[in-house]
Amino acid sequence: MISVSGVTKRFGDYVALDDVSLEVPDGSLTALLGPSGSGKSTLLRIIGGLESPDVGRVEIHGEDQTDVSARRRGIGFVFQHYAAFKHMTVRDNVAFGLTVRKRPKAEVAARVDELLEIVGLAGYQRRYPSQLSGGQRQRMALARALAVEPRVLLLDEPFGALDAKVRADLREWLRRLHDEVHVTTLLVTHDQEEAMSIADQIAVMDHSRIEQVGTPRELYDRPATPFVMRFLGPVTQLGEALVRPHDIALSHEARPGSHEAQVARVVHLGFEVRAELVLGDGEELAVQLTRGEADELELAVGDIVHVRSTALPRALASDERREPEADALSA
Amino acid sequence: MTVSRPWRIGLRTLALLYLGALLFVPVGLIFYRTFEHGIGAVWASITTPAAIHAFQLTLEVTAIAVPLNTIFGVVMALALARGSWRGKGLVNALIDLPFAVSPIVIGLSLVLVYGIHGWLGSSLTKAGIQVIFSLPGIVLATIFVSLPFVVREVTPVLKEVGDEQEQAASTLGAGAWTTFRRVTLPSIRWGIAYGVVLSVARCIGEFGAVSVVSGKIAGETDTLTLLVEKRFSNFDLAGAYAASALLALIALATLLAMTTMNRRREEGDA
Amino acid sequence: MSATALTVPARRAERSYGALGLGLATLWLSVIVLLPLSAVVVHGLSGGAGAFWDAVTSAQAIAALRFTVLVSLATVALNVLGGTLIAWVLVRDRFPGKRVVNALIDLPFALPTIVAGLVLLTLYGQRSPLGIDVAFTQVAVLLALLFVTLPFVIRSVQPVLIELDREMEEAALSLGAGNATIFRRVVLPNLAPAILSGAALAFARAVGEFGSIVLISGNIPFKTQVSSVYVFNLIESDAPISAAAVSTVLLGVSLLVLLAIRGLGRWGARHDR
Repeated sequence: MISVSGVTKRFGDYVALDDVSLEVPDGSLTALLGPSGSGKSTLLRIIGGLESPDVGRVEIHGEDQTDVSARRRGIGFVFQHYAAFKHMTVRDNVAFGLTVRKRPKAEVAARVDELLEIVGLAGYQRRYPSQLSGGQRQRMALARALAVEPRVLLLDEPFGALDAKVRADLREWLRRLHDEVHVTTLLVTHDQEEAMSIADQIAVMDHSRIEQVGTPRELYDRPATPFVMRFLGPVTQLGEALVRPHDIALSHEARPGSHEAQVARVVHLGFEVRAELVLGDGEELAVQLTRGEADELELAVGDIVHVRSTALPRALASDERREPEADALSA
Repeated sequence: MTVSRPWRIGLRTLALLYLGALLFVPVGLIFYRTFEHGIGAVWASITTPAAIHAFQLTLEVTAIAVPLNTIFGVVMALALARGSWRGKGLVNALIDLPFAVSPIVIGLSLVLVYGIHGWLGSSLTKAGIQVIFSLPGIVLATIFVSLPFVVREVTPVLKEVGDEQEQAASTLGAGAWTTFRRVTLPSIRWGIAYGVVLSVARCIGEFGAVSVVSGKIAGETDTLTLLVEKRFSNFDLAGAYAASALLALIALATLLAMTTMNRRREEGDA
Repeated sequence: MSATALTVPARRAERSYGALGLGLATLWLSVIVLLPLSAVVVHGLSGGAGAFWDAVTSAQAIAALRFTVLVSLATVALNVLGGTLIAWVLVRDRFPGKRVVNALIDLPFALPTIVAGLVLLTLYGQRSPLGIDVAFTQVAVLLALLFVTLPFVIRSVQPVLIELDREMEEAALSLGAGNATIFRRVVLPNLAPAILSGAALAFARAVGEFGSIVLISGNIPFKTQVSSVYVFNLIESDAPISAAAVSTVLLGVSLLVLLAIRGLGRWGARHDR
């Protein structure tokens, strides 16, 4: 298990991490999710030993690693722009960690072949990184990191430099790899879809703090703050409350707790339908319906309808965090 | 690589010692030696008729060589950056020759062409035009050695800027000359300026080639650099120092210009 | 009027201006550079192959050439070490006055060679305040060449070092490599082409250098005389054919080095993408 406690990191006047604590269970695939500038990469690099914290501790498997160099932490690191050794062949790249440890040649060769097989680059031994596509380079980087059997695998926005399609393919592939290899994996990303689709646990970060840690389901259904709610999915405002567009029930008749609204526009997005409404006070509201629901209601522009939230009471819009100090209000 | 503090200080010290022993201390010392006996003596030394003439000659030669090589440089840079034509690789390599050839060989080559028995020299002498041991020879030698600077500075700028702006100007109805004057030239002005500064420094500082072609006729064909050597050979050490200090000051001014321009260029790119 | 109707004649005019400009520029290059240099080669051979061979293999010529090549190689070796170190410190280190130091590196480029020679003579010659007098020795020649070729390797390595992907070094660190290994297996291989380019430029410069050597070396034949000074003596003693012959050899060396530099440029870019 990885345990981070009370870590603060400053670069000059800029606070990159502000009293951050996190626990990463053994064998899990955890995502550090947040917008750029949230501190997630800095946290990853501190866990990896590429930076050291000003305050706080990092423990891996119970051992205090805070002052231990990245060399000796037993971690594997994968970078957004691959960091391939461009002057070495694929084989020499993957073998690097093993040759540094002065393993016998035969053992190195066997391990390299095995790993290239696993990442789907068998036969690419003699190629150079400049001859590989972005996705291939990243797979090579993964093989390189795994070669020395790290106890922790750290990935810093590994698919950020790739095309959308390659990104989607590789993320699924990474999940499958993780299921086979079972290394504790920590992944930094700003893509909530990526985090939601492959992570066991997600830590959402914003402005140098961790906002919430939980499973994808937990975070989506029970966000602790408006920020988490907005970051992980679509959000619309009904009165004072923040609601998911698909958690709003539409009816022609008034119901207890419902608000009155007028249909401004009905957009058909294939299976889903989005109804854009205007509330009594002029505020706009978006409601997401299935095609079946929309057909049943027979919505037309100009109709007066009634909307109410079907979700559990949750974060209020007034809880929106403006400054890091205005902490007291959030859940 | 994060280098540990003791190593970092060690490397820094080693580097600065190397630079100090080879560069800083010797240059500093010459300024010290020059002004050891007061500015008055130095001023007197660099305002002798010979010195003034040498200074004027150096400037004259530079004033002829640099504009010519600048025009050549810009035209050649355009050809190298924009076109693809036969022999481009060869010409590109040949432009570097003045960097790689010994100044003495350069001087000799000019004597062989323009000297009294030279290929062109024999006809020129009959027409009454003297090249070697006279101003034209010095000019030719200076043009030779400073030829590549403007080309080499402007070409990468042209390549980086690309020709889209010129194409845009063309579609807006601008003719070739107008496009060049109003679009291309402004985009390369820092490259040209930098190349000119380097050329000027090179022209003022040329010694070996000019040694061969000038004949060192006192008061007539002595450039500033030749004056330094002449004074040294005549055991006028103070005089040699004075002229050297003047040249060193010009060199430092060149460095200052280069540094300022570099910073402007970087800011311009940002 | 369509846009194309405007651009077609404009482009044609541009092309003929371009061709004219290129023609004139090439003519300028040929007259200023190629014509004189070819005169050297032709003149060197004008006495026949025998005379050429005699001039080039005379005892003094060979001694001068051997000394020139050896001292130039030593210069390059030292400035490769010193230059790489200085480039490293300038790029990776921070200290007060670094910007000034960085600017001063170009001083040997800006300073006239004769002044450079005088400058070194003051510190390392007869009136040296440090008491170090190496004037008229081979060390003096080495010092002069070190001075004038100092910036080549530094300026060649600096941009490459600045562009170097730091993440490669971090990756190597995460894989267990120490600083020495990282430098040897990751940094140095990526710097090698730039170092060699700078070295080749320095070598070409050193082999032909004249002004900085003339005062400090004493030009003692068979001891401290370099080829350029030997040629100068031949010119002064009115032996232009021998001078041209030896010059032809020097030209050959220059051309070889120029080719090597081009090749190195291409080799260095082979893994770029």
